[in-house]
Amino acid sequence: MPLLEACNVTKMFGELTALNQVSLTVGEHEVHGLIGPNGSGKSTLLKCIAGAESPTAGTIFFAGHDITEKPPEERARVGINIKFQITSVIPSLSVYDNVLLSLQAQSPLTSLIWSRTRQALHFRIMETLEHFRLAERMDECAGVLSHGEQELVEIAMALAPEPKLLLLDEPTAGMNLEERRITAELLRPIKDRCSVVIVEHDLDFIRDICDVLTVLDQGNVLDGGTVEEIQASKRVQEVYLARV
Amino acid sequence: MGWTVFVTRVLILSLLALSFDLVWGFAGILSFGQALFFGGAGYAVALMARDLGVSSAFLALPAAALVRLAFSLLIAALVLLGRRLASMIFVALGTLTGAYAGDRLARSWYYLGGQNGIPSISPLRAGSYELVEGVAFYYLAFGSLVIVYLICRFLVRSQFGLALAGMRDQETRVAFFGYRVQHLKTLVFALAGAIAGLAGGLYAFHEGFVWPNMLGVVLSTQIVLYALFGGVGTLVGAVIGVVVIEHVSFILSDRFPEVWPIILGVVLLLVIMFQPKGLVGLLVSERERAGSFGRRPR
Ligand SMILES: Nc1ncnc2c1ncn2[C@@H]1O[C@H](COP(=O)(O)OP(=O)(O)O)[C@@H](O)[C@H]1O
Ligand SMILES: [Mg+2]
Repeated sequence: MPLLEACNVTKMFGELTALNQVSLTVGEHEVHGLIGPNGSGKSTLLKCIAGAESPTAGTIFFAGHDITEKPPEERARVGINIKFQITSVIPSLSVYDNVLLSLQAQSPLTSLIWSRTRQALHFRIMETLEHFRLAERMDECAGVLSHGEQELVEIAMALAPEPKLLLLDEPTAGMNLEERRITAELLRPIKDRCSVVIVEHDLDFIRDICDVLTVLDQGNVLDGGTVEEIQASKRVQEVYLARV
Repeated sequence: MGWTVFVTRVLILSLLALSFDLVWGFAGILSFGQALFFGGAGYAVALMARDLGVSSAFLALPAAALVRLAFSLLIAALVLLGRRLASMIFVALGTLTGAYAGDRLARSWYYLGGQNGIPSISPLRAGSYELVEGVAFYYLAFGSLVIVYLICRFLVRSQFGLALAGMRDQETRVAFFGYRVQHLKTLVFALAGAIAGLAGGLYAFHEGFVWPNMLGVVLSTQIVLYALFGGVGTLVGAVIGVVVIEHVSFILSDRFPEVWPIILGVVLLLVIMFQPKGLVGLLVSERERAGSFGRRPR
């Protein structure tokens, strides 16, 4: 059984068809790349999976359960975490507290009130921060970090709670080359821990970490397959690769 | 009017402002209904004293807080808990309407004493001791304020407070971490309702009577403005707001009874426009406002 199965998902914004009967299957420990020109519906698809948008038609199964009608918090609780295209760290909180905020989200309210999980989570926070080379900056307000660093904090926040499925929308946008290289290095081993759907424009980056690709164009699935297959695909070359 | 009586009144209003700061400054719920909880609890203890003969501090004040807790849970269920998150404007209008309706109801219902309210409530008792206005009541109000402040501070500095801070800044985002935003909001709203209820119970016994203004839109708005003036999101700011405005009013309204309300209005407007963090914004840094949550292990 695949971990995620989106079946014939259609999303209309008024007259505009952002997604037209899109199907996507993601297996356990698979890194699935989602590529396509701007406006092709990549972000919308991720939002439908995370619960930020509800599909006009179609069904989404996660680990065999229909989650199409579930609110975002319940999807997070079964193991779907997302990093949106637009960075949204909490600017007034420290980097450390941002990660804590994400890690403690599923603790019961009573243990939050008595700060009971604080001690136990400290180790995991530090581990995450060190892993993402953010430990030195942990006491700074997240809002003062560079755009690339904020992206890293957000990836750390999405990954720290050990989701089953990680959705990353353009994680390297706004990063410099060095940050990009670090991010690829950090993301490569995570397929041992979870499955990933990643939207990305950087083709080297995609070749580096993706197992499977799905290509979207104007809300339709243009093609799907391994990186090699997609690179060889005539249809994709005509519509997409030619333009990049 | 005696100084002790005046200060006691300010302390009780500070409790009310604290309850507003908790809902707006920490949970991002724009509640114009805090006076409804305040006055509602006042009426509840007045009726208990009049019809049931209950005026023991150990019964009446917890009852006031509990009645409000239940009542605010009910309101929360109506305005906060939908499948979709209620918008801020919906909550503000909903609570404002509630305060208005409470005021009208109290004015027109004979059982509640109509326009005159419920006069001569028997004094609050602790055992055989009668707490009337004066030093003992002052200590009761002061002690209540300190305890409530400490409880609130404990709460907003806990991991729960961190969740609130995240929710206040990025309400839609935190749901994607797995926070049940409506539960967080409901809990804070109910707690604030209980605090407003405690304040209302104290106020009713302190004044010895209750009347419809205690429930209405004017008091609700006044509390919102005082808290904004002092600075929301810090707890202490709300208290500062009430203490400063009430004291200045006390002195100036005697001397300039006609122009004082106009001056007050203008000053409030200027502060809210040009110093949106309120008076405490001048004293406390942004970092301190964000604070820390739960003691970090070394
Ligand atoms: N909330 C929205 N309301 C209206 N149109 C939207 C909304 N979100 C996205 N769209 C439209 O849907 C299409 C797909 O957008 P998006 O999924 O963001 O594309 P991508 O991420 O592939 O660049 C675009 O034409 C965009 O303008
Ligand atoms: Mg996009």
